Amino acid sequence: MENRLYVCSSPHLRDNVTTQRIMLDVIIALLPAAAAGIVYFGLRSAIIIVTTVAASVLTEYLMRKGLKREQTISDLSAVVTGLLLALNLPPSIPVWIAVVGAVIATGLIKQLFGGLGQNFMNPALGARVILVVAWAKQMTTWTEPFVDTVAGATPLGLLDATATATPIGAAYSYMDMFLGRTPGCIGETSALAILLGFVYLLFRKVISWHIPVLFTGTVAVLTWILGPEGLFTGDPLYHVLAGGLLLGAVFMATDYVTCPMTRKGIIIYAAGCGILTTLFRLYGNMPEGVSFAIVLMNVVTPLIDRYTIPVAFGGEKHVE
Amino acid sequence: MSLRWVFRGGVAAPHRKNTYESESSVINTPEKVIIPMVQHIGAPCTPTVKQGDEVKVGQIIGNSEAYVSAPIHSSVSGTVTRVEPMLYASGKLVMSVEIKTDGKQEVYDGISPPEVKNRDDFLKAIRNSGLVGLGGAGFPTHVKLNPPKDKEIDCLIINGAECEPYITSDYREMVENPSSVINGVKLVLDYLNIPKAIIGIEDNKPNAVRLLTELAASDKRISVQSLRSRYPQGAEKTLIYTVTGRKVPSGKLPADVGCIVLNVNTVSFIASYIETGMPLVKRRVTVDGPVVNQPKNVVAPIGTSLQDLFDFCGGFKSTPYKVLMGGPMMGIAQYSLETSVIKNTNAILAFDRKEGDLPSEWPCIRCGRCIEACPMNLMPLEINRLVMANKTDELERYHILDCIECGSCSFSCPSKRHLVQSIRIGKDAVRRVKVNRN
Repeated sequence: MENRLYVCSSPHLRDNVTTQRIMLDVIIALLPAAAAGIVYFGLRSAIIIVTTVAASVLTEYLMRKGLKREQTISDLSAVVTGLLLALNLPPSIPVWIAVVGAVIATGLIKQLFGGLGQNFMNPALGARVILVVAWAKQMTTWTEPFVDTVAGATPLGLLDATATATPIGAAYSYMDMFLGRTPGCIGETSALAILLGFVYLLFRKVISWHIPVLFTGTVAVLTWILGPEGLFTGDPLYHVLAGGLLLGAVFMATDYVTCPMTRKGIIIYAAGCGILTTLFRLYGNMPEGVSFAIVLMNVVTPLIDRYTIPVAFGGEKHVE
Repeated sequence: MSLRWVFRGGVAAPHRKNTYESESSVINTPEKVIIPMVQHIGAPCTPTVKQGDEVKVGQIIGNSEAYVSAPIHSSVSGTVTRVEPMLYASGKLVMSVEIKTDGKQEVYDGISPPEVKNRDDFLKAIRNSGLVGLGGAGFPTHVKLNPPKDKEIDCLIINGAECEPYITSDYREMVENPSSVINGVKLVLDYLNIPKAIIGIEDNKPNAVRLLTELAASDKRISVQSLRSRYPQGAEKTLIYTVTGRKVPSGKLPADVGCIVLNVNTVSFIASYIETGMPLVKRRVTVDGPVVNQPKNVVAPIGTSLQDLFDFCGGFKSTPYKVLMGGPMMGIAQYSLETSVIKNTNAILAFDRKEGDLPSEWPCIRCGRCIEACPMNLMPLEINRLVMANKTDELERYHILDCIECGSCSFSCPSKRHLVQSIRIGKDAVRRVKVNRN
């Protein structure tokens, strides 16, 4: 029986898309935000980015080796995690804290739970949340763009401290925030850079518009309604541009592994992210709440999935 | 054009219709044919000939008393050399009749146009013709055309979508014998008293749309609809939805929404049988694939071996790694080139290792592409997860039995997971549990 034929189940044709290519697309989409961070906050941002990426990949490599599992670093997901983590850290963060963050993200949240596809929350955000709690001071020390001096407050911090009716007269204009000329995490300040990445991801069909738009939309509407001087006096644009909302909505909330997959589930999830973010921002004791909101919604995602199983085609009349 | 419905999901599978312009050529009568007694869904036939018998073209060699079945005829003239279980396209051993041909292709004496005066005659004639669905599953056509009395059929749908890559067997029928297609439609409409027929054709076949539209103009009951080229447009449920807006309920049949769906080759054969009385003994097969020297459409006697068909198409450029019966999305991988063409074989394809190898699986990243691609609105990744974990009792929550196994989910999966394969395993498990429960 030479010339044996290969037999397997259909389909015998597969699309070109691969997990690796998707990860590469996410990396490409994050480059503008990373570049903006380096431009505004200097070489230090580059050092943090390289450190977290290297630490994340190394952690994954060692964990897989230690657990005697197949090597997976070629799927590039560890690079994405490292990069996302760096973009969520202040530029002045001590390098060793950044390394700890990368180990928590890739080692604890991702690999200990089974690796790619098994993490129960977004690894980079989960790590960020732990760092914020553990090293609150270092995680909230900000740098003024272009000059390496300690800044007073981020746009959100400013809002929190003064609770002024209209922050427009404050230190940062919409244009500053759109371009990213404000203190903040390395990759979160420039709305323009993030939107470039968003457009790229949409163009490559890596993500759909639903989660980012519904998430930011919910925050915009709620912050407008729940304004500082009574109902409908808020400044939604300020809230959308300030802080980590756009970075979170475009790159973190859309993490495949930890967001729901059905249309209905996505709506619940994105709205939940928006509501929690608003509550944390307006009524919490920290200025920012995006990471906490997303991480919380990550955790309820399995539940959302379980209760949003779509009706099968032709199954409408057979509700059981 | 009236209101159009767009089915959800599906994938942009490549077309690869290399044989569009390949006019059907008739294969030289092979030295032998192997005709299996299972060529349809339903009861298998029992051989009515024995070793040493002389048979002629169109003579019955297998039949069954069962209603859901169709007789099987000899496709050649010659001598029966073996009647025993032989390798079948599914990989199983199936009772088959091997006939050594004499090359004369003499026609059986009893062949003459059937006398058809009414609906019953018509259905009987179709059963006698041995006709089964020529596009897909091979369901006996006389059964399909005779739905339960309480189901009123108001629309005959002719499936000319041919959405699988490579296959052009339906297309060639529409451009080579368009009047036969239309005549077949008229016969079905007349005898079954159905008020209208819609011929659905994917818009990547403008010639077929044009030809059939011209011919259908003479009959007000018949219309032609150009359909979006998107896989699986030709799946029965998606086709019905696209042309009528009706959704076949879960677990039900087209007749439950007043439709009968026939493939273009099937309906065209009805016309030719009523005219000539020659039963279903040959068919057009698209022979293609990257390692085939001269891809072609070939008309071959039922029972012709795959080897003979590939030889007729100039043989292989290199050793084939995988050979399929049917299209790449739903076709069945073959164990051997000894297996033979049966009534519903619309294509045979040969691939090299590069295209034929099964990619290895990566972890699911829950991207949801399989959900977006599923025309039945299922969650293939969840079903896959549950099947791998042996959680059979949870599978029905995810509507596993509604899966039509079109392959869109596996096609679109970036992690190359074997979704359809696991769903098949899960379906079997669910059905076994159901049988045991009853």
